[in-house]
Amino acid sequence: MKGTVLGIEGTAWNLSAAIVNEKDVIAEVSDMYRPHTGGIHPREAAQHHAKYASYIVKGVLEDAKKQGIETTDIDAISFSQGPGLGACLRTVATAARMLALSLDVPLVGVNHCLAHVEVGRWKTPANDPVTLYVSGANSQVLAYRMGRYRVFGETLDIGLGNAFDKFARNAGLGHPGGPQIEQFAKNAEKYIPLPYVVKGMDLSFSGLSTAATEALKNNSMEDICYSFQETAFAMVVEVTERALAHTGKNEVLLAGGVGANMRLREMLEIMCTERGASFYVPEKRFMGDNGAMIAYLGLLMYGSGNIIDIENSHVNPNFRPDAVDVTWLPEGFEERRQECI
Amino acid sequence: MYLTSGAEATVKVEDDVLIKERVPKNYRLKELDERIRKERTKAEARLISEARRGGVPTPVIYDIENSTIKMQYLDGIAIKYVINEELSEQIGFLVAELHKAEIIHGDLTTSNLILFKDRIYMIDFGLSFFDSSTEARGVDVHVLFQTFESTHHDHEKLIEAFCRGYRKDFNKADEVLERVKEIEKRGRYA
Repeated sequence: MKGTVLGIEGTAWNLSAAIVNEKDVIAEVSDMYRPHTGGIHPREAAQHHAKYASYIVKGVLEDAKKQGIETTDIDAISFSQGPGLGACLRTVATAARMLALSLDVPLVGVNHCLAHVEVGRWKTPANDPVTLYVSGANSQVLAYRMGRYRVFGETLDIGLGNAFDKFARNAGLGHPGGPQIEQFAKNAEKYIPLPYVVKGMDLSFSGLSTAATEALKNNSMEDICYSFQETAFAMVVEVTERALAHTGKNEVLLAGGVGANMRLREMLEIMCTERGASFYVPEKRFMGDNGAMIAYLGLLMYGSGNIIDIENSHVNPNFRPDAVDVTWLPEGFEERRQECI
Repeated sequence: MYLTSGAEATVKVEDDVLIKERVPKNYRLKELDERIRKERTKAEARLISEARRGGVPTPVIYDIENSTIKMQYLDGIAIKYVINEELSEQIGFLVAELHKAEIIHGDLTTSNLILFKDRIYMIDFGLSFFDSSTEARGVDVHVLFQTFESTHHDHEKLIEAFCRGYRKDFNKADEVLERVKEIEKRGRYA
């Protein structure tokens, strides 16, 4: 896929711009919104993005220049069109539109979830994986089938990361909750039964988060953190395994911020080894939200003619990954895989 | 003889008895794994019996032990090999009976319907649950329609016949079938 694309991510807390070509990430500049207390406040996050948008864009252009890439070399601008917090999405979309107009290059609207999948395919040997995408807001099991990335299972209420955050806030652990829960879990003594909610292929975490908070009254922080992790991760690994069995695919890709958790990785590794599947995890900078993934999927979409007019570049806070026609995979992508089995 | 080995259970036949065992998952904590397998085995056996009480032919349960169910082996043929409009109408009627009993099958495919001694049996209640919502019923029917579409070329007529059967004696049928159309539009792969 020839070309150079500048992409901007800003669906939630991380505002990030990157310039990529088909070989690698040329430059990336980010600025995170950090709430003083509690979790992400949507309006404050959007105000943060508005304040720093020009800073990250200027920064990434300057860094690219040092490597011989001029502003005039940029072929397209891509941005996270959704899903995400509406106010944040609109702010980033405005920046992207202005940039596309002033550079007189096409605009590409990227689905944030699919960007996670594609950056993983780019930066690991995974080719046609079942992707477990677990972050603060999203928890989905995705796999390509007949022209689209289908959602084989997803959360029916809140994302896994959000479930951790809610518990952590109630337990006085601060934000984000995941890393602290992982630390406490290491010193646990026993498992405390918590609700395990898998409905067919779908997941539910909000009841689990509440039950974990309740159970804190009579149990140690260590035991609850451990039990919360064990229960929630077993749920997502189960659905991932089901999707593998159902699709006949033999690769698993992990994406999203919660993917940083070592216990989750270990469980997926065990499941994959037992099924004879390969397990791939991209390096940390490509796991959480990042500008590089938006620029990269932007490049793939630009290369396959998948661009949008400014007039039709509305953001969509509920943008589903299975609503996107995949234009960037070669024809017969799936058939080739099936011949390999 | 092993019949299948899915993500969750192995199924084998010994002396005309079908033995379904939920296999341990090493990624899960042993305590949690045992609890889940036991709970699901019990729930599955219960749903199979409840469905039969509701008028849907299902295998007879002989025994349940920890995470193993022993049940009647139906030496018939999967509906996917013999389906026609007449059978599809009967299936519609049966699924309505199941839904009237407030049960959702959860994995309705033409492989999970068996023609045995001139009757259609429903098998594999591994993903079943009790629910009487229009949404759950709609998803159940939608999943079956998808298998019609992916494996049978005359699927439109099969769907029509199914709807005739489903409407025959179920006052919520129209509401559910209307929801099926909506679910299809969402494009979600269930």
